[in-house]
Amino acid sequence: MATDMSHETIARWQFAITTVYHFLFVPLTIGLSLLVAVMQTVWNRTGNVEWLRLTRFWGKLMLINFAMGIVTGIVQEFQFGMNWSDYSRFVGDVFGAPLAMEALIAFFLESTFLGLWIFGWDRLPRNVHLATIWLASLGTVISAYFILAANSWMQHPVGYRINPDTGHAELTSIWQVLTNPTQLVTFPHVLAASLLTGGAVIVGLSCWHLRRGQQVELHGRAVRLGLVVCAVASVGVMASGHFQGQVMTRQQPMKMASAEALWETERGAGLSLFAYGDVSHGENKIDIKVPRLLSFMATNSFSGTVRGVNDVQAAEAAQYGPGDYTPVMGITFWNFRAMMGLGAVYFGLAMLGLFRMRGGHLPGGRYLLPAFVWASALPYLANTAGWIFTEMGRQPWAVFGLLRTSDAVSPGVSTTAVIATLAGFTVIYGTLAAVALRLFLHHGRHEIPALSPNVTVGGRSQPGGALPSLAY
Amino acid sequence: MLEEFWFVLVAVLWVGFFVLEGFDFGVAALLPVIGGNDETDRRAVLGTIGPVWDANEVWLLTAGGAMFAAFPEWYASLFSGMYLALFLVLFSLIIRGVSLEYRGKASSAAGRAWCDRGIVIGGALPALLFGVAFANMVRGLEMTPEHDVTGGFLALLNPYALLGGVTMLLLCVLHGAVFLTLKTRGAVRSRARNVTRSLAAPTLVAFAAFVVWTVAVRGGIAGAAVGAAALLALGFAVLAWFGERDGLAFAGTAGAMALLVASWFAALYPDVLPARGMPDNSLTINAAASGHYTLTVMTWVAVLFTPVVLGYQAWSYWIFRRRLVGADLADLAGSHETG
Repeated sequence: MATDMSHETIARWQFAITTVYHFLFVPLTIGLSLLVAVMQTVWNRTGNVEWLRLTRFWGKLMLINFAMGIVTGIVQEFQFGMNWSDYSRFVGDVFGAPLAMEALIAFFLESTFLGLWIFGWDRLPRNVHLATIWLASLGTVISAYFILAANSWMQHPVGYRINPDTGHAELTSIWQVLTNPTQLVTFPHVLAASLLTGGAVIVGLSCWHLRRGQQVELHGRAVRLGLVVCAVASVGVMASGHFQGQVMTRQQPMKMASAEALWETERGAGLSLFAYGDVSHGENKIDIKVPRLLSFMATNSFSGTVRGVNDVQAAEAAQYGPGDYTPVMGITFWNFRAMMGLGAVYFGLAMLGLFRMRGGHLPGGRYLLPAFVWASALPYLANTAGWIFTEMGRQPWAVFGLLRTSDAVSPGVSTTAVIATLAGFTVIYGTLAAVALRLFLHHGRHEIPALSPNVTVGGRSQPGGALPSLAY
Repeated sequence: MLEEFWFVLVAVLWVGFFVLEGFDFGVAALLPVIGGNDETDRRAVLGTIGPVWDANEVWLLTAGGAMFAAFPEWYASLFSGMYLALFLVLFSLIIRGVSLEYRGKASSAAGRAWCDRGIVIGGALPALLFGVAFANMVRGLEMTPEHDVTGGFLALLNPYALLGGVTMLLLCVLHGAVFLTLKTRGAVRSRARNVTRSLAAPTLVAFAAFVVWTVAVRGGIAGAAVGAAALLALGFAVLAWFGERDGLAFAGTAGAMALLVASWFAALYPDVLPARGMPDNSLTINAAASGHYTLTVMTWVAVLFTPVVLGYQAWSYWIFRRRLVGADLADLAGSHETG
């Protein structure tokens, strides 16, 4: 159904804003809940109360972040129907299944056990209480799996047929959807990026304290844990990203070509590190390239052939009919660079930090500690750039090869209504970002308190009727 | 056949949502009334829903997800058709979630006061809006043959739907007050009982009027029978309340909520979204449903996981089964500082 351009543009802005915003909180939720579970496990195993204090400190910060992820997640599930009703009609038979599974299998798990963890400190035996944070953490990971399977289907539809009567997509194999090759490389990438985000935030805040000489012993433990996680996770991000590049080259050659602004098909193509000039039209004044690296990323061979934009455009026009199949090159090119570049910078920092930690030392120095504080922003920028790249690089398609974004919007919703809700979401999201950040910093700057003597952990000692204690 | 099964399952998910979130909404809306101005009392009120409200909200996400998976046309037409109303629901649920989670972490009394405002709005507004939205779904919406709703937001504000909104708000508040009676002791509990006493009569009147009007709007024996049963359950709740049988009274309001929501779906059948004025444009169960394969897959998923989910959710209610107390009994009960 034809709709005017502005409606589509505004609806896309709304999706971009709500989704990017939601994904500011999701990686930290996944990463921190796992790391808090690790901290509590160490306490549980060793009995060292320092780890309990860290668990509670980071647990509180995790919850501040978790709440934002939850409330913005509701919008994610409903806005397909609200703004993208023709999309929902077209894909619902396939796309709805992983979303429903996510709610039933993951959301109930994470919310129920998070509630038990927050309020259960003095109601549950120690091991059972430890299990609750692991189950909540597992819930966040399962949730990521299902929603990424749904997104992977938009990048590379599998396990479906087009129903000739309705013209809509219909599921033929749930197994193929859940084990989509796109998904199998995307899920590890997002999981590793989430761990990197969690690790980087722990390292950043702890280094802030170390720099001020506050509770060096305690925060030092967190830095060590965080740095190891960051080092492992950043290697994981790069390795999974490498395989993603190859899958993308096969499945969405236009996205790979637009990532590099590679106009003509090339053998042994170089990777541009920095370009200046009119990237969108291939007229670069300055272009610093690493020879053959793009071919390696795209094909796993330094002499492999990477198809250029012009070739792919011609091929897609022949396959899908006349039209423009080229994404906005300036956006894909720069976001791809931001994602990889910032990830690489963090990898370097993490290695440097690990190197400085040899022999039980803590990272220190005039430059390294502030660098880690500021570097906690890097994974956020890289995560955001990654999503902008992968979603913009799929355009003009909502579902690659099947449904154009312009055919996906809600025909019954007026442009005015979309503008109104866009304004509404922007205002509330902006306000809440300020509130959440302030609260995070407020609690994050606090000294980690000693455990108060009336804290009961793992007991059922108190008389009935008391308020749940330790309820953050 | 599978289509009907999923229609029932979607109805069950909405019933679960309204029964569980119903008291969360009510407790939140009643915070200043029953919590008063005492911080310990307010904490006791919120403590009754603290560990469970988030998981209760997941019933909404699951109901939405199940509609998307099993009835994409229904999900798409309804959610785009009630666009601004749904935005307000999302807006108020966002405010509520953040306020509930951040209240205990606020660094100042002013911060807590803002959270309390958010909790009250986030409790009352969704209850009202859900009532309006579901009443309109039952009444029917003007729509094209492609099931795109043509009436705007104002079309939703008809007298019947407004009565639905008021009824749902009253029922949620009553349900919340009865829940608080069940979950607390001392002064907090007696204030909850006072609220129930004042609300019982108006809720019964609005509820009865809405049930009758629903039958008038949609007709049908099934919807009428379930609606009558809902009214009986509400009457039973009031009687149990007089007898100070807190558990039975809560079962009564929960039953009234469940049967009211069930009566809407009974009234809808075999449509999922009736077209107002143009019956031919109505969206039926079969026209809205996904293919056989998807429904089969989702049935397996539901059969395997629903018992597990119900099991651990019930367990969490069991863990937090004890009654909470406010300032008057806190010292006796040995309440200690929350972190």
